[in-house]
Amino acid sequence: MRRHEYLSWGRYPRQRPSAVWYLWWRSERLPPTPPGMTLLPRGYGRSYGDCCLNEGGILVDATGLNRWIEFNAEEGVLRCEAGISLADILTVILPRGYFLPVTPGTKWVSLGGALANDVHGKNHHRVGSFGCFVRAFELLRSTGERYVCTPTQHGELFRATIGGLGLTGLITWVELQLRSVETAWMRVEVVPFGHVRDFFRLSQESDREWEYTVAWIDVTAGGRQLGRGVFWRGNHARCEEAPPYPPREPRRMNVPCDAPSWLLNPWSARWLNRFYYWLQKRRSGVAVVPYDRFFYPLDAVSRWNRLYGRRGFVQYQCVLPPTTAEDALEEMVERIARTSVTALLGVVKRFGEVPSPGILSFPRPGTTLAVDFAIEGERTWRLLDELDGVVRRAGGALYPAKDARMSPEMFAISFPRWRTFCAYCDPNFSSSFWRRVTAGLL
Amino acid sequence: MRRVLLIGATSAIAQEVGRLYAARQSHLYLVGRTAEKLEAVAADCRVRGAVIVGVSVWDARWWEKATELIEQARQALGMLEVVLIAHGNLPRQDELWHAPQQMVEQFHVNATSVIALLSALVPVMEQQRRGVIGVISSVAGERGRAQMAVYGAGKAAVTAFCAGVRGYLHPFGVRVITIKPGYVDTPMTAHLPKNFLFASPQRVARRIYQALEKGYPDILYVPWWWRFIMAGVRLIPEPLFKRIRI
Repeated sequence: MRRHEYLSWGRYPRQRPSAVWYLWWRSERLPPTPPGMTLLPRGYGRSYGDCCLNEGGILVDATGLNRWIEFNAEEGVLRCEAGISLADILTVILPRGYFLPVTPGTKWVSLGGALANDVHGKNHHRVGSFGCFVRAFELLRSTGERYVCTPTQHGELFRATIGGLGLTGLITWVELQLRSVETAWMRVEVVPFGHVRDFFRLSQESDREWEYTVAWIDVTAGGRQLGRGVFWRGNHARCEEAPPYPPREPRRMNVPCDAPSWLLNPWSARWLNRFYYWLQKRRSGVAVVPYDRFFYPLDAVSRWNRLYGRRGFVQYQCVLPPTTAEDALEEMVERIARTSVTALLGVVKRFGEVPSPGILSFPRPGTTLAVDFAIEGERTWRLLDELDGVVRRAGGALYPAKDARMSPEMFAISFPRWRTFCAYCDPNFSSSFWRRVTAGLL
Repeated sequence: MRRVLLIGATSAIAQEVGRLYAARQSHLYLVGRTAEKLEAVAADCRVRGAVIVGVSVWDARWWEKATELIEQARQALGMLEVVLIAHGNLPRQDELWHAPQQMVEQFHVNATSVIALLSALVPVMEQQRRGVIGVISSVAGERGRAQMAVYGAGKAAVTAFCAGVRGYLHPFGVRVITIKPGYVDTPMTAHLPKNFLFASPQRVARRIYQALEKGYPDILYVPWWWRFIMAGVRLIPEPLFKRIRI
């Protein structure tokens, strides 16, 4: 993505800031905020919806804060400026035998962004969310004050900032506990399954022995094959299991320009899903693969968001509590399969019991579903409203980092403690997302 | 491993070049204007694998002391294998038209200091009989423009002097590379509106690194298509050029 475009990953809504302020040094101050204006820290813009947008306000581009500060190779603790990308961190820590404790599905996110969205990974059922491994960070407020926050020092601000969507101030640096690994390879088993119910069975039997689990489901298949999919489970390969050399840097493809909007349509989406299922079915079994291929398969195509064309897309991600998850998930998949929408990349994962530290953290015990939808006007919005209904009845929640359309009520249901959070917001910080979900409530 | 002297080490481009050298455990000597920023850059390079053999706070306005600086760096590094002169300042030209003193000072920062540093490097390199010097000039030095009058003049001087030094050091096996970046997305250009001509400092640095390692081309345009843009710009007749505001 061109840096000066400043859209979100889903490229919807197309809202522009009125100004962009660059930060290059962590000692620098924030720009003065004219009355009526607000600031929002910005990293690489990998959030799907509008929580990285600030229409009419100032975006503070912090990608210039991309330096290492310290790396303790004995304890595996890093301290980096918040604008550094996880990809950049990996190039330094992997050769020294460390890996990120929790990693999202792309490595092109900033460290600060990962903290501010309290991201989760394929190992959530074991270790919890990203925020669980943050030891400390520094918060720069619009008043110019700086707070070094740890779980014990400024503890409330610490918990508000983790998952706090960048609204509590600008994170200048982060101290993170890493995990050690023997190799950069992953031992992965691919298990195809025929029905969405099988996912729960597979998850149950895999979650104890496998550190990383995730499933892809075909949200366009209905009937007896409803929610058929592929279950991946992986562990870091040990020395004797992996080749004796590090994996090669993967080749990256690029989508050079916007694809025409008709390219991805309900019909082609159905066939793509079908083809992908067939492809993965052939690959079933155990294999040792480079970490990139297991954790970041989509990073192989940079700017793949352009495939949806100018109209953009939204990702719908919810979490359903353990007691209601099976029925609710089946109902949601069925509703998606029944409707003629362009739906791709259904991803399901069981979250574990480890509590997330943030007040507005999304990960919580249950099962999460994420699906990408091309924006096709009314019928997309109607379907998503229906899905909201299912989530609400099941007692679930929606994920702000992916959202571009949830209603204020849905936000309040998802994050019952949001009023507590408000007390820690920086009065001069705001985002398009925040104004949307608190409209009429503040 | 390389022994690298970075002058203007806190500039966005030099920082990225420093990282590329750090990844191969090079020895670095960093020179910059602000101690605090210099320390941040040094820490970053250190974690990425570099050995920081020295850090000097130096201001381009102290160009009379260039010889001491080069001598310090040479002693710390043992030898100057790679030198990158990357400092510079892009003043707001419209504020300078009625401030003749500042205008001249800007010329010193961008041009005189570079000439002083190169002059101090010549005897060292001549004796070493190896090494490569990269100097960041600019495409702005190819044609004077009202918007960048003194910056362009400074860079023109740098380009011309570099060519001279290149010729002088050629028989000694020392390479001099004149680097001409176009618009780069750095703190120096933060006040300019961004458009498609802007390149990332990472991309520019990667190209500079390749050129320093290979020792050619003599004149490096980054990104490469600036060569053709500037060829076009040079063809515009002056009576017309003076009337257009670019």
